[in-house]
Amino acid sequence: MSLYLRQVATLFWKDVLVELRSREILSSVGLFCLLLLLVFSFAFNPLEKDLRPVFPGILWTAFYFAGTLGIGRAFLPERAGEAFSGLLLAPVDRGAIFISKFLSTFTFMLLAEIVLTPVFFALTRTPFTASPGAFLLALLVGTAGFASAGTFLSASLSALRAGELLLTVLLFPLLAPAVIGAVRLTEALLTGEAEMASLWFKALGAYDIIFLVVPWILFDHLTQEV
Amino acid sequence: MGFGWAVMFLGVVALALAFLYAPPEVTMGDRQRIMYFHVASAWNAYLAFFVVFVSSILYLRKGERRWDRLALSSAELGVFFTTMALVSGSIWGRSVWGVWWTWDPRLTTTLILWFLYLGYLLLRSGEEDPRRARLAAVLGIIGFVDVPIIHMSVIWWQSLHPVVIRPGKVDMVPPMVLALVASVFAFTALYFYLLRWRLGLEALRERMMLLRERLR
Repeated sequence: MSLYLRQVATLFWKDVLVELRSREILSSVGLFCLLLLLVFSFAFNPLEKDLRPVFPGILWTAFYFAGTLGIGRAFLPERAGEAFSGLLLAPVDRGAIFISKFLSTFTFMLLAEIVLTPVFFALTRTPFTASPGAFLLALLVGTAGFASAGTFLSASLSALRAGELLLTVLLFPLLAPAVIGAVRLTEALLTGEAEMASLWFKALGAYDIIFLVVPWILFDHLTQEV
Repeated sequence: MGFGWAVMFLGVVALALAFLYAPPEVTMGDRQRIMYFHVASAWNAYLAFFVVFVSSILYLRKGERRWDRLALSSAELGVFFTTMALVSGSIWGRSVWGVWWTWDPRLTTTLILWFLYLGYLLLRSGEEDPRRARLAAVLGIIGFVDVPIIHMSVIWWQSLHPVVIRPGKVDMVPPMVLALVASVFAFTALYFYLLRWRLGLEALRERMMLLRERLR
């Protein structure tokens, strides 16, 4: 295994260990996600209305809103005790720091989503008509771009005063294509429009790649601590 | 000072061409005239954001303060012109389409753009911090790269829905084209004029901060 990959793996494992011990992100993100589901149910009333047409929107709104919470927390433990400065001083490529942080955020979000998706289907009484493999892939491509752009913004905003307040304001305009893509893709999968699904898979995949590569290139500029 | 007079002259010429020289449109009548200013505003918005993009790259590469000043100044003007374009388009839409807003791809893209750079300005409005400037530069780059992607996704998003209202294809007679060109030209000159003032203001502000530091 090359040195770069080993650095990424070590940093990623560190985040996983911290999360395993504190369970801070997974529990708060998961709980908030469920609360959003509750709010949506009160707002739209699944007993009176057929929620199928708006279900993909409900699902992704909840995932993205809850995800913002997790992303906002991604760098907080690093700021305590100047751990982030230590990380930057370590002989590690800055890009590796970004990739590992992205991977851990992405993994936590995806885990929460996989656990919560059945609950969403059950509580909104939406029949699950997609193939599980394709749906999992949709969760994956829908989350990757979000996690990458979010991690990137959070890395720099966490250093600023009131930076967390800015996160959502800056994140969602950038994420507009991901939101549209994820919702449309889920819709296509649930209604069985294969052609539409493959178009949105490709579009989201391209978006994810751009939003992984550009932040990875620019991350160095963001972490020149003054 | 000569620049200012030149811009004013261009503005008067553009107004005269738009209101007196160009004929009223066949179906829309005089309401169509708002187009001259609407298109000019929209063009300037994109120009301003392109300047933000280029100066953000230069700031990250060279680290010179003047590129950061240019990015900030241009972003402010860009948001101003985007607002103008959205408002003028909305007024036109109300009188021609009968609705203030429709989720047409171009409108949606412009709206997202407006949010994007409003966030940029919000980021810049905080306390002086080189980290803020660098993050803003990064955002200025990513935001601009995102524009074509946003536009594509919005087009595809809409393609799945029946579009109730489509903007009418406008075939223009030569006087209209001339009025439009003059208007775009005048607005662009206005952009550069305002940009120069804004840059001067920012330089003065920085000098004031330095003096204040020295007095402390």
